[in-house]
Amino acid sequence: MDAYLLNVVNGVAYGLLLFTVAAGLTLALGVADVLNLAHGSLYVVGGYVAWAFTDGGWGGFVLALLVAVAVGALLGAGLSAAVAPLSKRGHLPQALLTFGISLLLIQALVAMFGADDLSPAMPAALDGDVSLMGHRYPGYRLAFIGIAVVLAVAGWMIMSRTRVGARVRAIVDDRDMVACLGTNPRLVMVGVLAASGALAGLAGALGSPIFGPGPTRAHDIMITSLVIVVLGGLGSIPGAFVAALVVGQIEGLGPLIAGDWTSYLVLGAMAVVLVVRGPRRLGLAAAR
Amino acid sequence: MIARLSRWWPVILLAVLAAIPFTVDTWTVGTLSRTLAVGVLAISVALLTGIAGLPTLGQVAPYAVGAYLTVALAAAGFSVGPMQLLLAAAAGAVFNAAIGAAVIRTRGAAFLMVTLAVCGLTEEVAQQWTSVTGGSDGTGWMPAFTLWWGGADVTDKSTVYWYALAVTAIAAAAMIALNRSTAGTLVRAARDDELRMRASGHRVGVLLWGTYTVAGAVAGLAGGLLAEVVRFVSPSDVDLSASALVLLAVVIGGTSSIVGAVLGAAVLLVMQDQIITALGDAAQGQAPVVLGAVAVACVYLLPKGLSGLREHLPRRRRSRRQEAA
Repeated sequence: MDAYLLNVVNGVAYGLLLFTVAAGLTLALGVADVLNLAHGSLYVVGGYVAWAFTDGGWGGFVLALLVAVAVGALLGAGLSAAVAPLSKRGHLPQALLTFGISLLLIQALVAMFGADDLSPAMPAALDGDVSLMGHRYPGYRLAFIGIAVVLAVAGWMIMSRTRVGARVRAIVDDRDMVACLGTNPRLVMVGVLAASGALAGLAGALGSPIFGPGPTRAHDIMITSLVIVVLGGLGSIPGAFVAALVVGQIEGLGPLIAGDWTSYLVLGAMAVVLVVRGPRRLGLAAAR
Repeated sequence: MIARLSRWWPVILLAVLAAIPFTVDTWTVGTLSRTLAVGVLAISVALLTGIAGLPTLGQVAPYAVGAYLTVALAAAGFSVGPMQLLLAAAAGAVFNAAIGAAVIRTRGAAFLMVTLAVCGLTEEVAQQWTSVTGGSDGTGWMPAFTLWWGGADVTDKSTVYWYALAVTAIAAAAMIALNRSTAGTLVRAARDDELRMRASGHRVGVLLWGTYTVAGAVAGLAGGLLAEVVRFVSPSDVDLSASALVLLAVVIGGTSSIVGAVLGAAVLLVMQDQIITALGDAAQGQAPVVLGAVAVACVYLLPKGLSGLREHLPRRRRSRRQEAA
């Protein structure tokens, strides 16, 4: 039982990291109707920012987080401008465009930072190991779990208790009606993609000691978050939360139980959900 | 005159393509043979993306199944080319029939996302199942194929090209015929209005599952052709970049056009090759930049693909005729 504990905690940390990324993705898809395949590269941008700004002290850490959020938001707003002319043409041109942008972005980052996976210098207080039920465990992961839970609760409060959150949820349900009520859809789109980009940048910076920046990371995190968005139901943030924690546990416990078959387990879970849930819940409404 | 000529365009196109080996060097012929294999993959993507309305990034999966199966068959001493292709197509169909049961439950953006996940898994399997795929180094050098039992090895670059052209033409003709058949009409109707098709009693799920299976067969065939032509398969043939390149080729070709898909693949691969050759050493490892830039440019400049440009021609001709009348 004890052997499993560390993997469960690892899974929670990884699941919360995935949730922070996937929440931005599902928000962009549900609210702005943008399938953003550059989302994974925004995560990586956050990671590189963290690597560039952290210096082993608290000041550098906080500065890195702020810069990562700002850069992510800026890139997100830029993406919303890039996809705006395509709004009448469905998801395929959006997917191709954002995929092309992410290829260019990643090559630019590799040219700037090199092709190695990097690991930023975290504040000393977070960097060491702590004792967890008699095991040594990286302290940063526990700190990350704490920060991510605070983020998730804050996000949930914003979505459920504020007018902005109510407006955003209303747009997921009926975009045209909300536009009729006097909310400028153009502004919403910029705002949502900026928020989504900020989340990805923040996740990249916070997650960099766990899942650090590197040329192939964008691709890995993108595919896993897409699976989470599909599992949770397009546009559903609570759904993404549950799905992310489940995928985190599969990735955390999988190597102990299924060995090399772990990555098939995630896809297998997706297949089961798709077959069981059927087209009615997922399909026709989401296709529009 | 033009109207009579336009009826013969498939023959003219084939004749022009068949004449290419007489005009270019053998290295280019080899590149073009590979382009044709990617073109057949593009046909399968066009079938799903354009005709069935299911934009996909996951067709590299049956493609990889066909390619690695063909390499394994050749390594085991079975070298009859057309039979290798048939087995590769069958394997691709079986594979897609199996995963199609789950994948086909989604539509639109969700379908794209699920097939992207399938693509990611394909790449991972190609990297990790080293006993079959050779990992990131790729398979060993594959023995040449023969045209029939006891035939001589086909190694001449031009002959390989004509063989690939014949396979591509057969696949394209079969898919065009399928598209024009009753089944094709039903699939296009399901794309345009699924609710109405369901309401009038058509089993849309079965229809799309069948389409997904056929597309798997075509992609498996493409994979087999790639293996026979290049005689080497590596994970970079079946990764996300390869998948996105083919989807882009299909969009350039006009999304639902079978011939357009093949030509789109040819345009993209030849252009990528030319740009990288022209840039020389500076372009080392920069293929993703070229692909990314082309993707961005195409989305803005060619909203309906190259076939969208054609729309301007008949309109001008028609208006001129109206002026004459």
